[in-house]
Amino acid sequence: MPSPHFTNNLGRIVAITSIAALSLSGLAGCSGAASGSGSAEAGGTITYWASNQGSSVTQDEEILGESIKRFTEETGIEVELEVVPWADLYNRILTAVSSGEGPDVLNIGNTWATTLQASGAFVPFEGEALEAVGGAEKFVPAALATGGAEGQAPTSLPLYSMAYGLYYNTKMFEEAGIKQAPKTWDEFLATAKKLTKDTDDDGKIDQYGFALAGQRTANNAHAAFILGMQNGGELYTKDGKPDFTNDGIVSGVNDWIQLMGETGVVSKSNAEINDGSVLPGEIMDGNAAMFFDQAPGKSFKAAGFEDYAMAPIPLKDSGATGQEATQSLVAGINVSVFENSDNKDAALEFVNHLLSVDEQKTLNAKYTSLPSVTEAFDDPAFGTDEQQAKKEILANNAAPMPLFPTEGQMESLVGEAIAKQFARIAQGEEITEADVRKALEDAQQQMPAS
Amino acid sequence: MPTITQAPPETSEPLKPRDASKAIKRSSIKRDRFFPYALSAPAAFLELLIHIVPMLLGVWIAFLSLTQFSIANWVKAPFVGLQNFITALDPNGPIGSQFFDALGRTFLFTVLVVAIAWSLGIFAAVLLASKFRGNGFFRTLFLVPYALPSYVTTIAWAFMFNQRDGMVNRFLVEDLGILDEGPFWLLGGNSFFVMVVVAVWQFWPFAFLMLLAAVQSIPNEVYEAASLDGASLWKQFTSITLPMIKHANVVLLLMLGLWVFNQFDIPYLLFGPVSPEEATLISPLIYQQSFNNWNFGVGGALSVVLLIALLIVSAFYIRLVMPKEKSIDD
Repeated sequence: MPSPHFTNNLGRIVAITSIAALSLSGLAGCSGAASGSGSAEAGGTITYWASNQGSSVTQDEEILGESIKRFTEETGIEVELEVVPWADLYNRILTAVSSGEGPDVLNIGNTWATTLQASGAFVPFEGEALEAVGGAEKFVPAALATGGAEGQAPTSLPLYSMAYGLYYNTKMFEEAGIKQAPKTWDEFLATAKKLTKDTDDDGKIDQYGFALAGQRTANNAHAAFILGMQNGGELYTKDGKPDFTNDGIVSGVNDWIQLMGETGVVSKSNAEINDGSVLPGEIMDGNAAMFFDQAPGKSFKAAGFEDYAMAPIPLKDSGATGQEATQSLVAGINVSVFENSDNKDAALEFVNHLLSVDEQKTLNAKYTSLPSVTEAFDDPAFGTDEQQAKKEILANNAAPMPLFPTEGQMESLVGEAIAKQFARIAQGEEITEADVRKALEDAQQQMPAS
Repeated sequence: MPTITQAPPETSEPLKPRDASKAIKRSSIKRDRFFPYALSAPAAFLELLIHIVPMLLGVWIAFLSLTQFSIANWVKAPFVGLQNFITALDPNGPIGSQFFDALGRTFLFTVLVVAIAWSLGIFAAVLLASKFRGNGFFRTLFLVPYALPSYVTTIAWAFMFNQRDGMVNRFLVEDLGILDEGPFWLLGGNSFFVMVVVAVWQFWPFAFLMLLAAVQSIPNEVYEAASLDGASLWKQFTSITLPMIKHANVVLLLMLGLWVFNQFDIPYLLFGPVSPEEATLISPLIYQQSFNNWNFGVGGALSVVLLIALLIVSAFYIRLVMPKEKSIDD
């Protein structure tokens, strides 16, 4: 039996613990109320999760802060901004969807649009909601098509449009006597090999032809899509079943992986990189000569680096047409309104502000992306060589990522499968096309039934 | 032995006016008995809310097909019976085989980390239990890893183990010249050992703290008597120190074991959302299935299996090793 002294003490401990627990929960309640009040006040405040588009979160806060200031002056509505880094954005959205507690307005990677649409957690842009943001006609059609599955009202609207391109260090090209950017995959490999060398004669290669982020799943999945299409493959069958192991996709993924493997034009240390935003640095530092990216201009600009140029991603076959001439996905960032928002009118007003011609021009100029609203898209301000080339790619050589609800899982699983092959190569293993097929097969088996 | 004369039982006498005060006393005893329960009720309620309810929800999710189609309205997600468990536990399937690999790996990870952290902890505790100059400095120094936020320190470790620019490879290749080329620490087989190193670094101060408290509670006279009898230092350690800190040890090992087994922060911060195959532990695997692949049902099933396994192990451990209630009063 515990002694009375013990019971007494126990009582005291329990009392203290309960008080502590109660005060903690009270604190939690306070903070909950504080953060929740933002969306509760009608016309007062809304919250906005922006993706990290600038060279840093701070830069985003500056750029968007100015835009929000203009909005607040116009409408009196306050906007609480949070810039969410890419590594966290998808999970943050997922948590918001499952808990029903999220921001009023948020940015999404446009390739997630159909997956997120299937959750039913976002406002469909049709009827009044679509009117409130200026109607469907104002958008560039290809960009608007990324807003959700075909035949359904989009649950996201295009905010910034982008396309992949081959970015390269012009100085390194000049030094190697390379006159123009490669147009076919064979030319690309030859160029990359020429640029892979030992510059200080210490017996070690210190400059590589190409750079990639081996552990960044989204970039790997995009490469699988583009190079797979060029090889005549598609990631899904026409009726929406995952099909990662067709010959076209396997060849495309194998081409991507062998850049580090057989051809050796990518440094093995790239297998460790899980953040795509470090790639511009690789080019600026002279570690590599080329890389694929969507809009690295702002990073170059922020560093005052000008020795770069862009060309379309090389084609497997120079005479390719149709699917095989794919050089990019219709990439971009979309904006959505959360269905559970307490202040949808204010949220829609803010989306309308972001999609106004003036804001589209300002924001896209700062982020070195392209506007998704036709009037701004056609503006001569977006007429540099790079922007013209991107516009042409988007018009003629880009396709949207598969518009099926399991696209999100596909990006994760295919991206991970590729990341694992890079890790194996870095460890000194040789990866064959059969290994690639096996890895893609495993990824496909883990796909949920749609 | 002296005997205490007890008052005759109350019922043997008729109720007298002075018994009224006894009645009041009795009712206050009754109130006293309920008082602790009343005080603990809010805590019990919160415990239910914070731990038990989410746990039950987790069990329920394991029986649902919970993907992006049903996540927004997950109360209505379709019931799929044991399907998620079949997927999760099929050793020939891609998820099942990963699960069993991860289970074995997590077990090995736990044994290694707990064993090394405990050994370092006991060594430092015994050393610092005796008084010498600079004792306080070392105590503080040893507690630093425990005081720093694990987020910051793990990211610092990740920087140090970076293949191209990390301090570790710079030291091995450029300063010492032992290796020609820096190995990959955060990919492949090495990643497992890096994870062990970081976990030991993070957990050993806790073992040290608990053991130091236990070692200090052993009276000095016991050691003095032992050394008079000619017991060596090792003999003193095995025959006095270890038996006398047994209770602290048992609790410490259980806590450390469970923490390390469920470890998530370290692999997530070292490797990002997807751990290398060779270093995938159970918790990150569950996370991967749930959040990267949006397969919350399978994630839930894996969690339930893990919960049952840990409950069984803990129950056996508590029955076999934990001191019985009686000995607490000893």
